[in-house]
Amino acid sequence: MRNLKNKINFIKHLTVFTFLFLLLLGCKTSYHNYKVEGKQIPIVNLQEDHSTLDAFIAPYRSHINKDLDSILAYCPETLDKSKGEWQTNIGNFMADVCMKESNIIFEKRYGKSIDICILNHGGIRSIIPKGNVTTRTAFEVMPFENNMVVLALKGKTVREIVNYLLVEKKPHPLSGMELILDKQLQIKSISIQNQLLEDDKTYYVATSDYLANGGDNMVFFKENIRFFDLEYKIRNLLIDYFKKVDTLEISTKPRIIVE
Amino acid sequence: MKRRDFLKNTLASSTLVGLGGLSLSSFDTLKTKKLTILHTNDVHSHIDAFPVNHPKYPGMGGVVQRAKLIEQIKKENSNVLLLDAGDSFQGTPYYNYYGGELEFKLMSKLGYEATTIGNHEFDNGIDGLASQMQHAKFQILSANYDFKNTIMHPFVKPYQIFMKDGIKVGVFGLGVELAGLVDKKMYKETVYLDPVETSTEMVRILKKVEKCDLVICLSHLGYSYNNEPNKICDLKLAELTQDIDLIIGGHTHTFIDKPVIAKNAIDKEVLINQVGCFGINLGRVDFYFDNDSSIVANGKSILV
Repeated sequence: MRNLKNKINFIKHLTVFTFLFLLLLGCKTSYHNYKVEGKQIPIVNLQEDHSTLDAFIAPYRSHINKDLDSILAYCPETLDKSKGEWQTNIGNFMADVCMKESNIIFEKRYGKSIDICILNHGGIRSIIPKGNVTTRTAFEVMPFENNMVVLALKGKTVREIVNYLLVEKKPHPLSGMELILDKQLQIKSISIQNQLLEDDKTYYVATSDYLANGGDNMVFFKENIRFFDLEYKIRNLLIDYFKKVDTLEISTKPRIIVE
Repeated sequence: MKRRDFLKNTLASSTLVGLGGLSLSSFDTLKTKKLTILHTNDVHSHIDAFPVNHPKYPGMGGVVQRAKLIEQIKKENSNVLLLDAGDSFQGTPYYNYYGGELEFKLMSKLGYEATTIGNHEFDNGIDGLASQMQHAKFQILSANYDFKNTIMHPFVKPYQIFMKDGIKVGVFGLGVELAGLVDKKMYKETVYLDPVETSTEMVRILKKVEKCDLVICLSHLGYSYNNEPNKICDLKLAELTQDIDLIIGGHTHTFIDKPVIAKNAIDKEVLINQVGCFGINLGRVDFYFDNDSSIVANGKSILV
């Protein structure tokens, strides 16, 4: 009898301990999140230097700076996009250089010539000061990764480009086209490569991939009949041009003329 | 209000223990633990601090200062998980010259454990990204980019589980829709999958199967889009899913002074944080845990 009581007691204890043990196991495997604290810490005024990390970065930095600051060419006058109503010296420069340098590749690859180059005024991100021109200049003027592309457009689509320019009234960089307007800003003539625009003729228009994809509302590029990606970054094009010349060639020839 | 819930819960739990008379404390099993999540997003190759005369961010950011801050926090908190929400590439000549090598090397040195893939990670094409993977000593996580037909396939996992002092933390990554944002020739055969469906599957694995104590989503979807109400974003993701504790966001360069508390599909709190861009801020979220299983309710206090 007594033995049985002991046995029952033992079983009772065992049950309690098993329960506790299981409880413990349960505790160990699961954590309950009861409080959260969140904040944003500005990374500033951390005076102490971290010299080993800085020493690790230093050679990368000095290589970039050396490369960016090495002199490639000379700019005879300050090129500034804020001076000019229908064209600016930097816009003329950009469009002329992009047209000329892209054309070398386009002729080689496709056996055709570019007729027009149009870029956007907003895409010129810096002035080019009179004086030495460096790789850094190209990064400042063109920090984006845009490529040059060439689109085949019908003459009537080129007419839409002209309408866009007249509505925008911004000095967008333009090359290869001459537009003559009267005092009321009505079109008197549109010439492409010194010949009057023909609606049914196919023209090859160089621009950036950003604009070709409808950027800055240049929706007319969607009507292209052929698309050529030159896979040439505009910034690299500028750097290559700077390396090629001693002094930047700046054309003062107006592209949009109000008579 | 939440704090009061927490106090009530604590009170209830101690009463329970008292009534049961099981004296759990004698087994010394009631433990509290703390996990500190540190995070960045959209650092965009800002390896150097901004100049002290910078009009917007004078003297801010830079890897050296960030390392210092992380080091200070790690000195005081042993249990830290350092994460990034994408777009560590592109923005300074460091990227143009080295293609992300320095960014990945420095993130490895700083002790990052995981990041997700931002759209700018494709700026040198998917091959350009893959060629930098040798420099990354952290895990790249993306659950909704299917890389199986691309060169990135071996380098990316949908999620990873980190054991942090006994706390099981499940982290998964989400990326923004690439079509229309990144040229197809850059991302090639990468397939974008629906973020909500993907997240539902991720939390099923992380919460139900793996039984993680904490689930974190590294998101490069963007915080919210006022002009595109139908576009998926972190705020919507929070509302449409459950079992995510923290969404670390990016892409929209959103500065939100402090983490935002959203409600999920089953009306529980989700924390969303994003710390702007260019490495000028570090996000910090501290999670406190206990193993008191007698707390049945899910009440938790969130202090932001």
